[in-house]
This record gives sequence, C-alpha cells and structure tokens, in this order.
Amino acid sequence: MKREFLKSCAVVAAIAISPYGVSADEFDEADLKEWNDAFMSVVEKGRAAFTDPTLGGSKNGVVCAQCHPNGANTHPETYPKFQQQIGRVITLQEMANWCIQNPLEGTPLKVDDPQMTALITYMTFERRGVALDPGKH
Amino acid sequence: MVKTLVDRRGFLKATTGAFIGTTLPLTNVRLAFAGEREDFTFAYISDSHIQHIKGNKFVRNWDRGLIRAVAECNMLEPKPDFVFYGGDIAQLAKPEEIDHGLELLSALRYDTHYVMGEHDYYLDLGEYWSKLLGDQWYSFDHKGVHFVVLNSILTDHDWTYNRWKDGEERMSVMAGLDDPRGSPFMVGEEQRKWLAKDLKKVDKKKPVVVLSHSPLQKIFKNWNFWTDDAEEVQALLHKFDKVSVLYGHVHQIQYNQIGNISFYSAMATAWPWPYPETYAQAPSHLPELTVPMNRADPFFERDATGWQFIDVWSGRSNVTYRLPENSERTVAYNKEKGHPEDTEYAARNIPPQNHY
Repeated sequence: MKREFLKSCAVVAAIAISPYGVSADEFDEADLKEWNDAFMSVVEKGRAAFTDPTLGGSKNGVVCAQCHPNGANTHPETYPKFQQQIGRVITLQEMANWCIQNPLEGTPLKVDDPQMTALITYMTFERRGVALDPGKH
Repeated sequence: MVKTLVDRRGFLKATTGAFIGTTLPLTNVRLAFAGEREDFTFAYISDSHIQHIKGNKFVRNWDRGLIRAVAECNMLEPKPDFVFYGGDIAQLAKPEEIDHGLELLSALRYDTHYVMGEHDYYLDLGEYWSKLLGDQWYSFDHKGVHFVVLNSILTDHDWTYNRWKDGEERMSVMAGLDDPRGSPFMVGEEQRKWLAKDLKKVDKKKPVVVLSHSPLQKIFKNWNFWTDDAEEVQALLHKFDKVSVLYGHVHQIQYNQIGNISFYSAMATAWPWPYPETYAQAPSHLPELTVPMNRADPFFERDATGWQFIDVWSGRSNVTYRLPENSERTVAYNKEKGHPEDTEYAARNIPPQNHY
C-alpha cells in the first residue's frame, strides 16, 4: 500500500516538472552534433594511440598500426569470443592488452583507462557497418 | 618439372629439418628453359623493416625474421644463382637500420641485388642507401633473361620537397601505410624514359623479369598497394612474349596476370599485412586469381611471414613461398591457362581461412 502511494507521488512529480507533461529525453540537431563531436574526438585519440610508439610504455617503439593499418584484422565485431590461444572467452580490451604486452613490449592498460577506451572506439569505428558476430572465428 | 620441384622441396625439408628441426620460410624462384638455355633459380627476400630503438637495440621480432630467412636461404639446394632483396631493409631509413640490415644480409653466401623501398628512401631521398648499394634502377642479363630493377616508390615533386619540415617528418608520414597524408607511388617519367631506352635493345623473344617494390598494378590505393603510372610501365613491357613482375611492399601472397605480364608478390620477413578487403570502408581490387594465405596467428610471431625462391623455366617463373610451421605454397605459371596459379589450392579447390 505504501509502495503504491509512493509510485503515484513520483508520477505526479514527473508531470509537474515536465513542460509538456509526458515526454522526456528530447534532443535536437545541436545536441547530436555535440555528442558526435565528442565521439569523434575519442576516435581521433584512438588513432593517435594506435600510432603512438610509447603506448603502454612500449619498450621497442612498435605501433599498433604497423600490423593493423586502419585497424584492419582486429575484427571487433567478433568479440567477446573464445580466444583459443588463451583458452577462455575474452573481450577486445584483453586482446588489445595482449598486443601491448607482446609485439609492443609494454605494460597492459586498465580496461577503463581513457587510452583503452580510445583504442576500442577507433577500432570499432573503422569497422562500422559490419554486423555484430560475437564468438566468430 | 613438377618432379624436379618436388625433389627440391624434399631435399630442402630434409636439410632444414636436420639443422633447425622445422620448415623454414623462404621464396625461391626458378626460371627454366627448354632447349639450349639453362634453367636457374634465385631467392627473393623482402620487407625486413629493421627498426632501431636506441644505442645498440633493434626490434627483436623483425631482426629474427631476417636472420631466419638468410639462414634458410643459405641452405637452399641447388644453390640459387643470386638473391634479390625486394626493399624496405629499414623501418625509418635511418643509417643505423640500413647498416644493421646489411650486416644481417652479409651472412648470405650469394651475390645480392637490391630494390629500393619507401622505408629506405624518404628520410634522405635514398642518399645513404645509394652510397652503399649503388644505382636505384638498373638492368642486367643472366642466362638468357633480361632483369630490370625499378625504383617504383617515388612520388611527385611537391609532396617530396615542399610539404615537410624535414626528412624525418616526411619519412614518418610515408612509413604510415594508412596515413592519409601519404602520396601514391610512381616510377616517374625519367625512369620510364630510361626503361624504354633499355628495353629497345632487348629482343621480344627474350624473357624479361622486372623487380619493383610496389606492385606495378593497382590493387588498393589506401595502403599504396598501387603504382600511379602502372599502366604506362606495363605498356613498355607489352612487346615481350614473357614478362614476370616481382614486387614486395604488400607483406602477403598475391599473384595476377595482365596481358602478357605475370605478377607475383613477396611475403615480408617482418610481419604480415591484412588483405585489403578486410578494411570495410574502402573499395579494393585483390586479383581474382589470388588465393589468399591463411589468416596469421599473432601468438606465433613468425606466422604468415617468410621468403620465396623462384624457378625460372622457359622464361616463366614459379614462385615457392616458404612459411614457418605452415605448408609452403608454390604459385606456378600454367602454360595452358596462360596465368600463374597456386599448384595446391587451385587444383584441389581448398578454401583458405576467412579474413575479416
């Protein structure tokens, strides 16, 4: 009974603060542009990280783009997947860290490191339009 | 001929097995002639991308690829007549990188001819390379075959001289395969004039083998799997009965036939590149004849790298690609079909692994 009462209070409050009484989450062209610019700035950062010889404190100056021009052959649409060489299901972040540790001879990034977010954003953007296919080999 | 190849492969496997315990990556080319001329073979190593870190440190992975190719090449039996190095000894054309690469190549027991790659060139426009290795384009005759080497990685005057604050910046831009600030490769008018003059004295029945770093055909502009004046160079070769073009740069197996010209690529000793169609945002034109190589396993750092040896027979080329811990592949000119084909995959219709 108390729960029902609280619920109706919330509805009344929501109607009271909304200028039209019902809708929420409205956005216009200016918002879309702002959000897209924010997204593309992270794509740019990802591209910069992809060609950064110091990524992950790399000890040899090798960069991601040397083997993956335009992020090709990273196939983000196939992750998470069973990575047979590792023996378990992993995410693209984990695979990127494998590359940072091995070909780049660096140390892994935290999965929520802004540079990791940028790497994933760049790889996924370069693969835009390709259907999701998690687990694919 | 087939028997000879099988015998040679058998011998190689036995030899390499005895020394190293594994199949080695190599490309050997054999040119064969019916009648009065001799068949012969040469080896073809390319794209080592020796990368300087600092002091006496170089990227280990790329060093190992070249060291392995040289060691395997030295075990070839029968001995190749010579070796071609297909370009990109260095990553950023630094004298340290060219010196170290040549030091590793000095272990080869055969004469070596060199082709200029963009990673050897754009720091100082080939000055250091030329000081050590000589002309950037030249020709010679060997056992009835006319060999031509071109510098195909030149580009226009404005891009070369006016855009960059120094050679280091110019080199770093051209070294980024997918860098949109790069510029399409070309052979250029001066060299085409030289080539026309050079070929004038060559009989049209004489087999011609051309070596360039970039493909003298247009496959994928984004990554410079491309030479801007390819058609003009091809036109100069049209009068000959038998022409083979061998190129590096692409770090993968490709082959094609355009008119009278058979094209064969080289694998890299350093690292493999994805096939162009794996980039979903731009059109590409991998030759339809090409059966792609298997997808590389990044956990085995030599996978999908290698070198090649070439059998020259009756003026045609058979290219054998030597891959570590993977079946070698032979792409041979098929006389009946009039184009190169993979001797295993084409006949057995085995689909290669998917690339995506």
